[in-house]
Amino acid sequence: MSTVPSLRKRNDFVIKFANINGTGSASANELFARAVMGMGVPVAPRNIFPSNIQGLPTYYEMRVSGTGWLGRQGGCDLMVAMNPQTWDRDVAEITPGGYLFYDSTKMLPRSRFRDDVTVLGLPLMEICAREYTDPRQRQLMKNILYVGALTALLGIDFPVVEGLIAHQFRGKDKLIDANVRALKLGHDEARATLPCPIGLTVERSDGVGDRIFVNGNDACALGAVYGGATVAAWYPITPSTSVIEAFGNYCRKYRTDPDNGMARYAIVQAEDELASIGMVIGASWNGARAFTATSGPGISLMQEFFGLAYFAEVPAVIFNVQRGGPSTGMPTRSQQSDLLACAYASHGDTKHVLLFPEDPYECFVFGAQAFDLAERLQTPVFVMSDLDIGMNESLCRPFDWDDSRRYDRGKVMSAADLDAGRNFGRYLDVDGDGIAYRTIPGTHPVRGAYFSRGTTRNAYAKYSEAGADYVYNMERLRRKFVTARKLVPPPVRKDAGRPASCGAIYYGSTSPAMAEAFALLEARGIHVDLLRVRAFPFADEVMDFIAAHDRVFVVEQNESAQMRTLLINEGEIDPRRLLRVLHYDGTPITARFIAGRIADAVGQAQDSAVSPRQQVAS
Amino acid sequence: MTYLAKPRLLRPDTPRNALGYTRRDYEGAISTLCAGCGHDSISAAVVQCCFDLDIEPHRVAKLSGIGCSSKTPDYFLGNSHGFNTTHGRMPSVLTGAALANRDLLYLGVSGDGDSASIGIGQFAHAMRRGVNMTYLVENNGVYGLTKGQFSATADKGSKSKRGVVNNDTPIDLVTLAIQLGASYVARSFSGDKEQLIPLVKGAMCHRGPALIDVISPCVTFNNHAGSTKSYDYVREHNEAINRLDVILPRDRLAVSYAPGELRRVVQHDGSTLYLRKLRADYDPSDRVGAMNYLQERRALGEIVTGLIYVDADADDLHHYLNTVETPLNQLGVAELCPGAEALAALNESLRKGA
Repeated sequence: MSTVPSLRKRNDFVIKFANINGTGSASANELFARAVMGMGVPVAPRNIFPSNIQGLPTYYEMRVSGTGWLGRQGGCDLMVAMNPQTWDRDVAEITPGGYLFYDSTKMLPRSRFRDDVTVLGLPLMEICAREYTDPRQRQLMKNILYVGALTALLGIDFPVVEGLIAHQFRGKDKLIDANVRALKLGHDEARATLPCPIGLTVERSDGVGDRIFVNGNDACALGAVYGGATVAAWYPITPSTSVIEAFGNYCRKYRTDPDNGMARYAIVQAEDELASIGMVIGASWNGARAFTATSGPGISLMQEFFGLAYFAEVPAVIFNVQRGGPSTGMPTRSQQSDLLACAYASHGDTKHVLLFPEDPYECFVFGAQAFDLAERLQTPVFVMSDLDIGMNESLCRPFDWDDSRRYDRGKVMSAADLDAGRNFGRYLDVDGDGIAYRTIPGTHPVRGAYFSRGTTRNAYAKYSEAGADYVYNMERLRRKFVTARKLVPPPVRKDAGRPASCGAIYYGSTSPAMAEAFALLEARGIHVDLLRVRAFPFADEVMDFIAAHDRVFVVEQNESAQMRTLLINEGEIDPRRLLRVLHYDGTPITARFIAGRIADAVGQAQDSAVSPRQQVAS
Repeated sequence: MTYLAKPRLLRPDTPRNALGYTRRDYEGAISTLCAGCGHDSISAAVVQCCFDLDIEPHRVAKLSGIGCSSKTPDYFLGNSHGFNTTHGRMPSVLTGAALANRDLLYLGVSGDGDSASIGIGQFAHAMRRGVNMTYLVENNGVYGLTKGQFSATADKGSKSKRGVVNNDTPIDLVTLAIQLGASYVARSFSGDKEQLIPLVKGAMCHRGPALIDVISPCVTFNNHAGSTKSYDYVREHNEAINRLDVILPRDRLAVSYAPGELRRVVQHDGSTLYLRKLRADYDPSDRVGAMNYLQERRALGEIVTGLIYVDADADDLHHYLNTVETPLNQLGVAELCPGAEALAALNESLRKGA
């Protein structure tokens, strides 16, 4: 037997569920995650799934995180191996001293196991075959059975899980009974035949607090509802589809006229992404708040329209839930690889506003704020989420809203303004901030109409190819983006425990891993100041931060260091001062990875006489 | 094109419509198209139609794509907002605009390249979605702005100005629109304003997608012998199936046609379409019959014009979406934002789980 001692960890370990997709495992796994949270212990689960409906391997990786870190940790302390196809590599992945839970109905040769892990077998299929006759029932209840067994193995209070099931199926007593029975079967069988509890245990804690457990796509949709969006046009694409589905659900709940059941919103599934963004631009031009949700390939298709909205100055909100590119890339994996495609989308000299939410809470906040920004700036605004934030439930601050808040509709001239004789030049910079006044179609019978176009025009929207008119307009657009720098969410800074000559810039879903990496580095005596960039164009604080540090790591989840490119280009930064820390295999970045890369680079710089500004490629 | 600006001063006896507007109030910038371009006649028809129907100028939103045809919204309805969008994508922008405000009249202006070539997808989907709009295709069979290449409506065997023969099968937007669910479908000829103006009026009074395919010869690149979109060719092959009069509820009309010659269709807004039959056996409410008729006549080399199909009871996109009567762009924070209390309740449910 093993000479490696079994792991003993309380409230801080990683469980990985290896399943076959389409077998109903996702909801059982989520139930288990909620059970751990029901014990007051934070969890950070992530679905790692294929672009497929049924039959391929799928994983649910769950970090039980009593310490509160919500990034991906890596490693696997307990493997719940439910997929024979991936058995060997799943078993190989377990940390030495870890645990393997499996369905022992069929005998497996000893060679398929490892002697440095604790093997926990339960004849799940056999129990299901005995207890249930319907094949689908056998499949679904097998999942609940293992949840029951894990409850016993990890020492989770049974009533907690029971309560969750009652809540989940409230109003459907039969389902509650059936599920609780399966849960109990698994629980009791584990108690009877396995050494409960094992070395990994969940103990009651108060680490969850008042936080909510929600995914970023739902939060983006809710932000759009609170932000006053009335028109959504979209084309299905992973991983953004559920933004629109959630928008529909929230709208049915919150936006149905109580008097007549009519809809205060319109959702159109378009024929493609070109039509989706076209509808968004048409609706916004006509004074409604409109948005689409898409991912990389959709962004590519929308390019021409982004240019039109930029140049004709029409508001638009785009939720880009990024996935692995290029091309079809990795449709069910996460990346931050659309920054350049969005920041400079479309031909000619264009520039767009990007927002980078770090979690569902900010998806909600930025989701609502994006509409104010789009109308204030009369330009497309991209909310740059990604699959990791969008499709995984995570713990975050509860949503909040100030009822005194009013929508910022930007500079819109009313019929009264026009009657009062105000000078209306659609592209005339009257305030010096680069933002001109617009009118909404239908405002006034004989004043304020203009012809929007993608062609060049003068300040009064008349077609013009005169060089002076073109230059006036382009300079005004540049001023508008200087204005934008002050309106977008500012960066968030966190300084090291001690004055540091190194900084690290990061954004979006890298945030939880970065927070943990910061602690790991501090513990090792490596001090790095952090700056989380939340928007493009960059606020002045971003360039000030770079100027204040000798070297700045730019941590991101793409291969070509796109944020670094943007910083160099926009801030005219010496490229040698910005060091790449890049993670792009499609899985979410981990704290260990970041801390390792930064520690190596700092160590190298200290150990050798080479320039401290030497570039460290990942 | 004309270089002469029209005089600003109006004669005291200038005709005014019921709202007090003159035709001038419905005109736009001076056209920059070639002298004799069919498109200018269509612009004039739109002006006449809006004047006659007493439409407030700002109640119309005009949208177009790219091309000679798509430039024309600048040349009419100068008091209406217009949007010259991207090539072939006007239908989606119009759809979005229509979603935002159901109270305006939407006029889509496009060409054969813009709708049948690059924009065939958006054309098709806007029709099948039931967008409430008047969609004018100014169809000349060629790309004018790039100097005479064939478009997808050019007839097989027709010849370009340089003598190149078109081998591709043409797309008939009228047949396609009927098949895809447009509820008012007509074809006309820019050289026949007596026919065109009432057809545009009927379309603007219609609820649902209304398509008018207007054959509009390109005098510069497609008006030669061998073209099937020239003035001469269209005049020779034009087979009108009916003549239309559009009567608004306010009008009093003594109809003096013999029974059987006239068909009366009451539209959703109360306007009445009086169709004088030129083909006794033609029934514009028969969708399948209309498609068959078009194919039969086409095989004989005829260009069928008139109101080809109409369904006055059709529903539109807003009906399908069950959107509120108040235009969506006029709803405020009170109607749109669920508020802090609802959010607190939602937070609570997100703590407990689904």
